[in-house]
Amino acid sequence: MDTIIDAHHVTKTYNPKTIPVVAVNSVHMHLERGEFTALVGPSGSGKTTLLNLIGGLDKPDTGSIMIHGTDITRLSANQLIDFRLRNIGFVFQAFNLIPVLSARENVELIMQLQGLPKNEINQRVETLFHQIGLEDKLDTRPAQLSGGQQQRVAVARALASRPQVVLADEPTANLDSKSAANLLDIMAKLNQEENMTFIFSTHDQRVIERARRVITLVDGKIFSDTAVVDTSLPHGISPA
Amino acid sequence: MWLLKLAWKNLWRNRSRTIVTQSAVFFAVLLSVTTNSLQDGVFDHFIRNMVSFYSGYIQVHKAGYWDQQILDNGFEQNTGVENTITRHPEVVSVASRIESYALASVEEITKGCMVVGVDPQGEKAITQLHAKVISGDYFELDDHRPVALLSEGLAKRLKLQVHDTIILISQGYHGAMAAGKYRVIGLVRFGSPELNEQLLYLPLSVAQEFFSAEYLVTSKVLSIRSDKKLERIAQEVQQAIGEGYEVMTWKEMMPEVDQHIKTDKGSMYIISGILYLLIGFGIFGTLLMLMAERKYELGMLIAIGMKKQKLVVVLLMESVLNVVVGCLAGMLGSVPVVWYLYVHPIRFGGELADVYSRFGFEPVFPASTDVWIFITQGIIVLIMGFVLSLYPMITIWRLDAVTAMKK
Repeated sequence: MDTIIDAHHVTKTYNPKTIPVVAVNSVHMHLERGEFTALVGPSGSGKTTLLNLIGGLDKPDTGSIMIHGTDITRLSANQLIDFRLRNIGFVFQAFNLIPVLSARENVELIMQLQGLPKNEINQRVETLFHQIGLEDKLDTRPAQLSGGQQQRVAVARALASRPQVVLADEPTANLDSKSAANLLDIMAKLNQEENMTFIFSTHDQRVIERARRVITLVDGKIFSDTAVVDTSLPHGISPA
Repeated sequence: MWLLKLAWKNLWRNRSRTIVTQSAVFFAVLLSVTTNSLQDGVFDHFIRNMVSFYSGYIQVHKAGYWDQQILDNGFEQNTGVENTITRHPEVVSVASRIESYALASVEEITKGCMVVGVDPQGEKAITQLHAKVISGDYFELDDHRPVALLSEGLAKRLKLQVHDTIILISQGYHGAMAAGKYRVIGLVRFGSPELNEQLLYLPLSVAQEFFSAEYLVTSKVLSIRSDKKLERIAQEVQQAIGEGYEVMTWKEMMPEVDQHIKTDKGSMYIISGILYLLIGFGIFGTLLMLMAERKYELGMLIAIGMKKQKLVVVLLMESVLNVVVGCLAGMLGSVPVVWYLYVHPIRFGGELADVYSRFGFEPVFPASTDVWIFITQGIIVLIMGFVLSLYPMITIWRLDAVTAMKK
């Protein structure tokens, strides 16, 4: 197996000097390439913080996070941006497409940031839009796309850089059932075809049901980590 | 290139805001170009009027003459000085003068006056003396007749008319006795009461004979192509003719006029400064809104791997494009306005016009079409745009992706 994420003793405390809030508390996590993992837990359990730490958006107070052999906690701010560009794809709850760019341009942006040649960009865009089933929406602006379509474009953007890991923060929260199922189908297919690692932070039972590993966080600690789909959450914790 | 494309697209994400910002820049440039063109035009006109009263733009004297204005400090008319001066490409014409004071007498009345011997042709080109004749005639171009032109006020004080005769008594070159009798061939009117009360013109050769100063002149008066190059021309003429002569600009000869113009320009700079400040705050307000509105998106761009340097470049391009578009539109828009004010200058009427006319000024406010006014104002607004762009740049530099993406 190929280790893709190896987090050791990761702790993150907000407001350490005033009212300390331990968002992530001494978390150990190990993920292999190609895993399809859901991070679940109630609001405030530390899912998004952990995702931000794995994505190099935030730095832990203690511990180390190795992504495919690189300790990202030791990288400078600029190195981190570059690392994210080449190794991590993000899918956000609110899609976050740039409204003034077409669907194609939103996806191209990442590859342009990477400095890929034009012909390679074109080829990759065609493949990605074929994979997400939006070949006919290439030149459409986000405002003219449905929520589900926007999120599919966001997935294409996340995959454009051929990342090691895709981090998706509540990707289905703003979608109806049909769009959510469609999106999950696409991500599951990409996961299988490209052996890409997906981590979801979610409350959504539909996502949890599709995940092949579920890590449950409570108060910043890993409460359970199971490879079997398990919807029986502890008392007081309910999926959305 | 794609960064520029992104900046251009971002610029139009909120069309109304962009148009409002560009309009602010457009009107800032339009107003500043128009006011500066008017101001420059008015001062050019004023200076042209002032120098054509009497002084010319530049005068050349023998060194020390300005401090002690006596005939003994004159210099030879036909040396190579005039040729050296006229060789300067910016000098349009040169006229020789001999100046001193005399007593003018008619029957029982005697008054002091300033006798100016002039080269009729040169004076016509430089001070348009012929145009100031209000009755009678101007000199012949190569006049050697014992004739005089009197300023209107002096003629009134002496109760003289055209064709009357006037007696002049003075001290000539090296203390010689000077006396002569001249026929008045015309009266001239000056805007300046000081000049109008005391000037008496004779043809140059006649004045030289009167002062027993054959071939002697006290000054060479120069007309130049552009007042903007005044100091440089004076400096170059001084270098060309050497230390034995003093070259003086109208600013040195009439420091009070120069001071007045500087003071007036200073107040205009303050008004322009206030205008720019208001526009600057307008643009800054837009930038504040823009940054607040896009904070989340900027955080997201950093999160997905866009370096802050690239974001700064995009935002800088957005600001500069915004200002450049408004600026170019303002510069183009001000061309017809300035041209109209140049062709149809603002003309005063009523009492104000009378006051202007009394001082010999045409009561008009023409605009200057100097291309540098357009360029300078454009550059000022561009610099302003660059300075204001510092705000988005600093904001980006300080932006934390996680904080920015918290709703």
